[in-house]
Amino acid sequence: MPKTMFEKVWEQHEVVPETADTPAVLFIDLHLIHEVTSPQAFAMLKERGLKVRRPDLTLATMDHSTPTKTEQVFGGAPITIEAAAKQIQRLEQNCAEFGVELLGLQNSLRGIVHIIGAELGITQPGGTVVCGDSHTSTHGAFGTLAFGIGTTEVAHVLATQCLLQRKPQTFAINVAGTLHAGVTAKDLVLAIIGKIGVSGGTGHVLEYRGDAIRALDMDQRMTVCNMSIEAGARAGMIAPDETTYAYLQDKPRVPQGEQWERALERWKKLPTEAGARFDREIAMDASVLEPMITYGTNPGMVMPITGSIPNRKDDPVFDKALAYMGLEAGAPLQDRPVNVVFLGSCTNARLSDLRSAAAVLRGRKIAKGVRMLVVPGSQEVKRAAEAEGLDRVFIDAGADWRESGCSMCIGMNGDLVGRGEYSVSTSNRNFEGRQGIGARTLLASPLTAAASAVRGRVTDPREFLTG
Amino acid sequence: MEPIKTFRSRTVVLPSTNIDTDQIIPARFLTTTTRQGLGKQLFSDWRYNADGSPKPDFVLNRPEAVGCQVLVGGKNFGCGSSREHAPWALIDFGFRAIISTEIADIFRNNSLKNGLLPVVVDDATSRWLMDNPGAEVEIDLDRTTLRLPTAVEVPFTVEAFARYCLLNGVDELGFLLGKQAEIHDYERKRA
Repeated sequence: MPKTMFEKVWEQHEVVPETADTPAVLFIDLHLIHEVTSPQAFAMLKERGLKVRRPDLTLATMDHSTPTKTEQVFGGAPITIEAAAKQIQRLEQNCAEFGVELLGLQNSLRGIVHIIGAELGITQPGGTVVCGDSHTSTHGAFGTLAFGIGTTEVAHVLATQCLLQRKPQTFAINVAGTLHAGVTAKDLVLAIIGKIGVSGGTGHVLEYRGDAIRALDMDQRMTVCNMSIEAGARAGMIAPDETTYAYLQDKPRVPQGEQWERALERWKKLPTEAGARFDREIAMDASVLEPMITYGTNPGMVMPITGSIPNRKDDPVFDKALAYMGLEAGAPLQDRPVNVVFLGSCTNARLSDLRSAAAVLRGRKIAKGVRMLVVPGSQEVKRAAEAEGLDRVFIDAGADWRESGCSMCIGMNGDLVGRGEYSVSTSNRNFEGRQGIGARTLLASPLTAAASAVRGRVTDPREFLTG
Repeated sequence: MEPIKTFRSRTVVLPSTNIDTDQIIPARFLTTTTRQGLGKQLFSDWRYNADGSPKPDFVLNRPEAVGCQVLVGGKNFGCGSSREHAPWALIDFGFRAIISTEIADIFRNNSLKNGLLPVVVDDATSRWLMDNPGAEVEIDLDRTTLRLPTAVEVPFTVEAFARYCLLNGVDELGFLLGKQAEIHDYERKRA
């Protein structure tokens, strides 16, 4: 019977297949860890006197609670939040004690855990990747089965390199057509979430397919897969192709020489076979999409930027969300004043994201009263951006240019949006309080964020397209 | 872990849908390096005013919430972040089960690993529970039934192995460690 890509990857990693009584024992090729969800897992190992089974398949970095101010990362200035500083130290101690490679605070390869996997070339087609972070789905852009796990499962993988897992169902998202200028991968994935809903993918692994997906570069594919979890999905995958191989070819930790050729042979067998059945399927047309923006308190509360906030009668949860956001049903979002613009996160802080925002900001200033934070996804992204002068574009426009990290997406390090403030953010979650207590988040693409920063109002980026 | 078989409790109802783990335990409390003590920060931004005083109207601050072990929430409970701090906080507060029409995947897994029972019920049962906050329910994990005070018994499903572990106090890591030989074989074949 023809197989889906997910089924092939799953079967290749079954150490013990599932039965009615027990889940499958699934082998994990790459375990990424960070400071926030690992300390209790290491403690579980210590309680039992266990070792890390495969330090060679484990990589640690720090990103969630790390500072983004240069003087705090490199200058020896104290980290603002004491508990965060302690958590960072704890990861250093644990990695040293258990022999796990750590890309620490001042390491030139450090970055958001989901950005460095691809950069280093350790995220590879056909592999399994887990991390104690829900946005692990990002890695699925390479045809990798990648999903977020809890801390107890982090301990399971540290100790055994395996996880107990029930096989999820499959869900094909077929996207035909071509995205118009000014409409990005972020807009596409927000539209997908808007269509299937924030729990539309529960229990499923998504496979994004179709011409619109094939046309995306790797950065864009990662943006799409990153937000699979916002549709409730276990993971999201895109079949590897020439775009994938070209991206990986010169990455530092990919197989070399003959091993590369053998890997390529394996990877080419991964895509879903013709006639394979998915448990669910939907079809969409990328050609009809506009730039998207969220108006509520979950990523499914999303609309075209030219639209109006929908009206829903007798829905107290909907009313509560709009009350939190300080918005009214039926009103447009466009031209609403903005206080903060955040360009960053594992969703949209890769080099191409910074380039697209810089294209809007070049030679322009951000509006008076708007605070804009630009946080590259990794130190590598930061260096590459600086090499082509993007840092100057942002700084000259009046934005704050920082060291890499999760920053204002999760607000654990003190990079916060104020109470009642509106933030146009390229991150992935507009939950209540996500960017700070009382913060009001409008999720959008880097283009929309940059356009909104210039105007100081929610702005359709197509106003800035030249030609 | 202590085995779980049957328990009775009154319910607390939070009717919101899509209650995400950022609401259950906001990210600023994730700088902790232990599993204990998160109960006082459970639903922090819904529960406390800016000055730290409790919001008297919020359901967990009301006297009738004291001692309740069952939380009834709207559809897609526990969505968002994979933070296991969410079930840790709920358990530390005193909850032993979450009832909803849908529970997010990662939160459900994390809950089962910590002895917090995810109980998924049909719309009609959920509506009844929402309409009758404080109802005394009985949850029987052995029979996987939820018994309402109306004597109606609602079946629910729990993944077979998780149920076995919870009923017998068996630890999943111990089971996985018992598969070392198979893991070793797998590694050798792939090398």
